[in-house]
Amino acid sequence: MHGNGHNGTVRIGFYICHCGHNIASIVDVKAVSEYIKSLSGVVISCEYKYMCSDPGQELIQKDIKEHSLNRIIVASCSPLLHEHTFRTAVEKGGLNPYYFQMVNIREDVSWVHTDMKAATEKAKDLSRAAVQRVFHHKSLETKHVKIHPDVLIVGGGIAGIHAALTLANAGKKVYLIERNPTIGGHMAMFDKTFPTLDCAACILTPKMSQVKNHPNIILWTYSEVAKVDGYVGNYKISIRRKPRYVNEELCVGCMDCIEKCVYKEGKTPDEFNVGLSKRKPIYIPFPQATPQIVVIDRETCIEFKSGRCKKTCVEACDRKAIDFKQKEEIKEIEVGTIILTTGYQTFDASRVPFYGYGKYPNVYTSLEVERLVNASGPTGGELILRDGRHPKTVGIIHCVGSRDKNTNRWCSRTCCMYSLKLAHLLKEHTDAEVYNFYIDIRAAGKSYEEFYDKLLDENVHFIRGRVAEVSDWAVRPSEEGKLIIRAEDTLIGIVRRVPVDMVVLAVGMEPQADSQDVRRMFNISCSTEGFFLERHPKLAPVDTFTDGIFIAGACQGPKDIPDSVAQAGAAAAQALILIDSGEIELEPNTAYVVQNECSGCRTCLTICPFTAISRDEAKQKAFINEALCKGCGTCVAACPSGAIKQNLFEDEMIFSEIDGLLKMESPACC
Amino acid sequence: MKYLYYPGCSLRSTGRAYEESLLSVLKVLDIPFEELNDWNCCGATSYVSIDETDAFALAARNLALAELQSPDGTINLIAPCSACFLVLLKTERYLESYPDVREKINSTLDKAGLHYHGRVNVRHPLDVFVNDYGLENITKRVKYPLKGLKVASYYGCQMVRPFKTFDHSHYPETMDRLVKVLGAEPVDWPLKTRCCGGSLTGTIQEAGLRLNRLLLKEAEKRGADIMLTCCPLCQHNLECYQERINRKFDEKINIPVAFFTQLMGVALGLSEKELGMQRLFKMPSLKQITHPKGEMANAW
Repeated sequence: MHGNGHNGTVRIGFYICHCGHNIASIVDVKAVSEYIKSLSGVVISCEYKYMCSDPGQELIQKDIKEHSLNRIIVASCSPLLHEHTFRTAVEKGGLNPYYFQMVNIREDVSWVHTDMKAATEKAKDLSRAAVQRVFHHKSLETKHVKIHPDVLIVGGGIAGIHAALTLANAGKKVYLIERNPTIGGHMAMFDKTFPTLDCAACILTPKMSQVKNHPNIILWTYSEVAKVDGYVGNYKISIRRKPRYVNEELCVGCMDCIEKCVYKEGKTPDEFNVGLSKRKPIYIPFPQATPQIVVIDRETCIEFKSGRCKKTCVEACDRKAIDFKQKEEIKEIEVGTIILTTGYQTFDASRVPFYGYGKYPNVYTSLEVERLVNASGPTGGELILRDGRHPKTVGIIHCVGSRDKNTNRWCSRTCCMYSLKLAHLLKEHTDAEVYNFYIDIRAAGKSYEEFYDKLLDENVHFIRGRVAEVSDWAVRPSEEGKLIIRAEDTLIGIVRRVPVDMVVLAVGMEPQADSQDVRRMFNISCSTEGFFLERHPKLAPVDTFTDGIFIAGACQGPKDIPDSVAQAGAAAAQALILIDSGEIELEPNTAYVVQNECSGCRTCLTICPFTAISRDEAKQKAFINEALCKGCGTCVAACPSGAIKQNLFEDEMIFSEIDGLLKMESPACC
Repeated sequence: MKYLYYPGCSLRSTGRAYEESLLSVLKVLDIPFEELNDWNCCGATSYVSIDETDAFALAARNLALAELQSPDGTINLIAPCSACFLVLLKTERYLESYPDVREKINSTLDKAGLHYHGRVNVRHPLDVFVNDYGLENITKRVKYPLKGLKVASYYGCQMVRPFKTFDHSHYPETMDRLVKVLGAEPVDWPLKTRCCGGSLTGTIQEAGLRLNRLLLKEAEKRGADIMLTCCPLCQHNLECYQERINRKFDEKINIPVAFFTQLMGVALGLSEKELGMQRLFKMPSLKQITHPKGEMANAW
């Protein structure tokens, strides 16, 4: 047991850090140290060049023993950086780590002030506040919770697939949930991948079938997460399995039923071909769909609409797999960690009406062109335009819905490269003249710049300038019947009119339409643009602010396949850390209810942002789950009877700290 | 809700037909309004480009007068001319967004016993008709649907840019939606917000004529029977210079250019006089419109 509680004499050790010149150039550390030495309770006060260094930490440990210190204060940088370091040092010195207090005189003082005298006074005030505060510190116990070894992965695109396989290969049980009838995500829709030009399906579909066949992966497609309860290590998840109206155990994907459907031709826009072809109400999204199981869309199926279909599909199925009575199913699972790989949506090009998408038939989005040039696409890979022509000239417009304050401000990172790739493929398929209209070519990636060079050699045209409009406004005979792209060529300073047969809009990447709902369900944050927020943009890119929930791929921000795969691997590794350590330490800064004083009014229940508070109906008192509590203090402030307190933030600590700041002697320390 | 109406100078001179038709339509639709007392010049685009602060003060006087006239709540101030609309709107927005500008302008207004508190919403009549009164209500009031009439709606630049208010900045559709409920057929054309040359027709005339020629030719090429505008300067440029353009560029342009309120009035059954039709140089042929008294058909 770590000793030295509230009863004995308080013996404080105060250490002020120079942080090289970071602090010492603005704060007179010697003066602060000498001032603090004069305060009551302070036994040791000294300055040191780098407190976070090994000798700095050893100094604390030595002093604790030699001078029987029972409170330690370090005035240095932000607690986010080194609170853990110093708490560990204090613990090694034989003291409960929560007798430690940190004063931030770098981010809060030296980095933001220029007047040395005033900065030094501020550092003294903050340090004095800490001295008065630590009188009230208590010994606290760190709690541990066990981690359930199973993992939930939400979203079966390339990121989800890669994370699932990584964890499954490490021997962990994975639930992979996908809301569409098949896994594969956007990558399955792409034709080739940049810069290597290998076929997307060829490298993706083997991984898809590995997922399907892996003994450690439970794959539920056409399913969505309905409810998330619990906390790190102990999540309880409800999964809604939408009815396919086809028995998954029985269907072998022979597709006889599709052939025999009463619809001879498809009538519904085919989602997989982005509406460029039509599908029947009974369908398989694409030949390599995984799982290879048919699905019936109840919105368009005659049997569901009228109940009077001949049901030729049922007759055609010799395995009796079709079941119109199938109901939605809710599955309850328990997992310890969650990885969100929910992906992105493409920018809706009709939001930029002056590019004519939806108005001129020969204006396409990049995703449509991926399908159009694909051998299994709606035209079998032949480039036939909506009006039946073959294009002789094509204009590719970059940054549609990216780098534009009227739509989305961010760079979608992938569009330059996929536009180059499409330019290459269009030339290969049609030998057309291809014009790229760009703001900047962003080819930052391994072998990306070389790919750009290759395109220049292939005589693809590059015009630097944001396109003003696409129209059918012909002013010369040569422009009749064409789409005219007007843009300022900023390299030569003229306005150009380029008549083309086909326009490709390089649409940007956006958060999924329901990303806010997903965020709320999993209790994580979004950045301003709506992508899921990582815990730290550089040092914790796949963690979230909710323990045990990780993010990977384009749900975190626009990224290409290599980056998505890298993040998916990282997220899997983060999950493995928790699973293999078996338990997680919880910060003891949680709130607790003083049972005698709680009136059971429920105020705290409604405001807790982490749903950590429940009500014991028998006792009619509130109860806080320490594993869920993040120590935000909202309930402490809201409780009308003052019955909720919070470790490390007790009233007397806060008030003494305020007294210290105001140079008022706190009664306790005299 | 009662609107305040700011005519501006154009509607009392070259754009009289606009004022006559606008007020007649407001009246027939029972939209209550009164004219802003003692209004002054908005300063137009020319003053803003010479001295922004002085220009704001000039325009802000109108906003302060509006508050004086309507002591409570938000005030909807109708400005039909696109230049007035833009200048008043810009003043309103700047005074709201920049406290230092607001303070400076108010210290000037204070000397004249006026003060602007920020209660004015500057509105274009097109916005008022379509979004306040509503297309459904207009449909109910249409007496003579303009069947078969092809209309090229021309918005010009100032109503939609640089401020985005009630429609898209480059491809607005409010007037086209209105035209549709009047029974006519909007012509889709890509030049609806392209420059009419503004005052260039009076200064560097060749440039002005060239710009107007592009607009007129394309509207004709797309089969429009008539062009509609919502700005007195656009209307003037597009209508009055057709002969000169034809001589200069060897063209045969001949297309009527009217205010959108005039066409509204025709469909609502108002008379030629009420809509200022006699002020147009070119009368559209509207044989399709069968007026019970024959009056309207003859007028056109």
